[in-house]
Amino acid sequence: MNDNDVLLDVQGVTLVREGRTILRDVDLQVLAGEIHALLGVNGSGKSSLAYAIMGCAEYRPDTGRIVFAGRVVNDLPIYERARLGLTLAWQEPARFDGLPIGDYLTLGRPTMTREELWEALHAVALAPEAYLPRALDRTLSGGERKRIELAAVYAMRPRLAILDEPDSGVDVLSFGDVQHLVRRMARMGCAVLLITHRNEMAAIADRASVMHAGQIVMTGAPEEAQLAYP
Amino acid sequence: MEMQQPLDAAVGRDSIDWTREYQAILRAYEQAGGSPAVLRAGRVAALVVNANRVLGIINVPGVTIDAEPLSDGVQVRIVAAPGACLDRPVHLCFGMLPETGTQRIIAEYEIGAGAQVEFLAHCTFPNARDLQHTMEAQVHVGEGACLRYTEAHYHGPYGGVVVEACADVAVAAGGRYFSTFSLTHGRVGRLLIDYTADVDDSGVVDLASMVYGTGNDDIEVREAVRLNGRGARGLAKTRIAVRDQAHSRVFTTAEGNAPGTRGHMDCAEIVRGNAVAKNVPTVIVRNDGAHVTHEAAIGSVNQKELETLMARGLDEDTAVDVIIRGMLGQL
Repeated sequence: MNDNDVLLDVQGVTLVREGRTILRDVDLQVLAGEIHALLGVNGSGKSSLAYAIMGCAEYRPDTGRIVFAGRVVNDLPIYERARLGLTLAWQEPARFDGLPIGDYLTLGRPTMTREELWEALHAVALAPEAYLPRALDRTLSGGERKRIELAAVYAMRPRLAILDEPDSGVDVLSFGDVQHLVRRMARMGCAVLLITHRNEMAAIADRASVMHAGQIVMTGAPEEAQLAYP
Repeated sequence: MEMQQPLDAAVGRDSIDWTREYQAILRAYEQAGGSPAVLRAGRVAALVVNANRVLGIINVPGVTIDAEPLSDGVQVRIVAAPGACLDRPVHLCFGMLPETGTQRIIAEYEIGAGAQVEFLAHCTFPNARDLQHTMEAQVHVGEGACLRYTEAHYHGPYGGVVVEACADVAVAAGGRYFSTFSLTHGRVGRLLIDYTADVDDSGVVDLASMVYGTGNDDIEVREAVRLNGRGARGLAKTRIAVRDQAHSRVFTTAEGNAPGTRGHMDCAEIVRGNAVAKNVPTVIVRNDGAHVTHEAAIGSVNQKELETLMARGLDEDTAVDVIIRGMLGQL
């Protein structure tokens, strides 16, 4: 691995919340263009690490550095990290009353063409003509919101997308759509930090890391990680 | 068609000053979200008022608009004939161009049985620094009729406006009344919305108010829905955002007074900075076959919504604005 290939470099990050250590001296590297699976049981710290990398409130590391694209981003607000090409698809996407889906998808890249907008929805197997006129509100099911969240990340063309359990809340039939989307993003040069519980999802990764009790306990090939994943 | 000439021609024949005034009020009308081209085309029923001057009226078959000047405003009577069904909305422009003054609108809307009409009203006070606008409306929606009334305000950047928008609405059996009030651009100043709706058998009333207060704006919304007839239904929906030092107070009342009535009040408010928001819902049920509910949510911008938009690259202020305008139905 060449240092020039490292897009995200998490160095010794520790996060303590309300007296409890959530992340403990975490080291993690994601290479440019790779799919990197992050495995671990519930409560192991995967989502907390994602929020810390993104810069969410209350997830600022107590110690350690987060370096993205060669720049220490610990003190940058979320939107500045996003403008560097880092973004996150939440496990439980937010609802936005009155916000048209088309507007939501173009927020990350306002210069997007109509064709690219349609392509983003097709990429998550949603029909643009049915969804663009709708708002991202409670009339959508959880699965639909999940797909739209993934479409928004895809449409943004980030350098690194953190996808927090993109396969949760979607049915088995659409599991393949999510895999296809992740591969497609990687082909476009977007690195993906893929947080998942499912070995089938981790199998599409180039490398994988396993978290346990707030620590990265191993990094290697996906099949090796699956053996270490309890 | 009773009169189809464009309003430009109607006002231009009397005096050049009126023409200029008319053009100025149309520019202000556009600032409030109206479409001057629609008025100029002359194919829709319309009324244009500046202060206490009636600058233009267009009537179309099925709708009659009468307007008379008062010393401090205008008295208006609009009648939709029974069974009238308009394929285009009636456009109303109430404005005042000076920085100071008073405008009182006394309005009567009579919607005949079975009529289907829509009104688009724009109230614009673009230069206001010390100005009062009062609307006193009586609305009667006849049996089986439907009235959709959308009112958008623009009060300019100074916050020097006092607006009192009051309406008594009576919806006859099987009638439907849908009203939307919005004031989401520029400053509010002081605003009082005071609507009362009485609904007869199987009638429907839907009141929605959307206001965005900044600076030291002061907002008070009073909406009462009285479901008096069997099977009547009503909704009072309020969406308010306040920031800086703005204050809002929302008092909604829903009464279920007859069997099978269904009422609901839905209030959502976003508070930023030192702003203060208050909501007081009142539920009154006088019949054991009635069902009335309410929900209210007041708070800061949802952190997850905010962070989601920021993760797409929006700075915090822009993200907050997107969330607020979405809630206010302005996107």
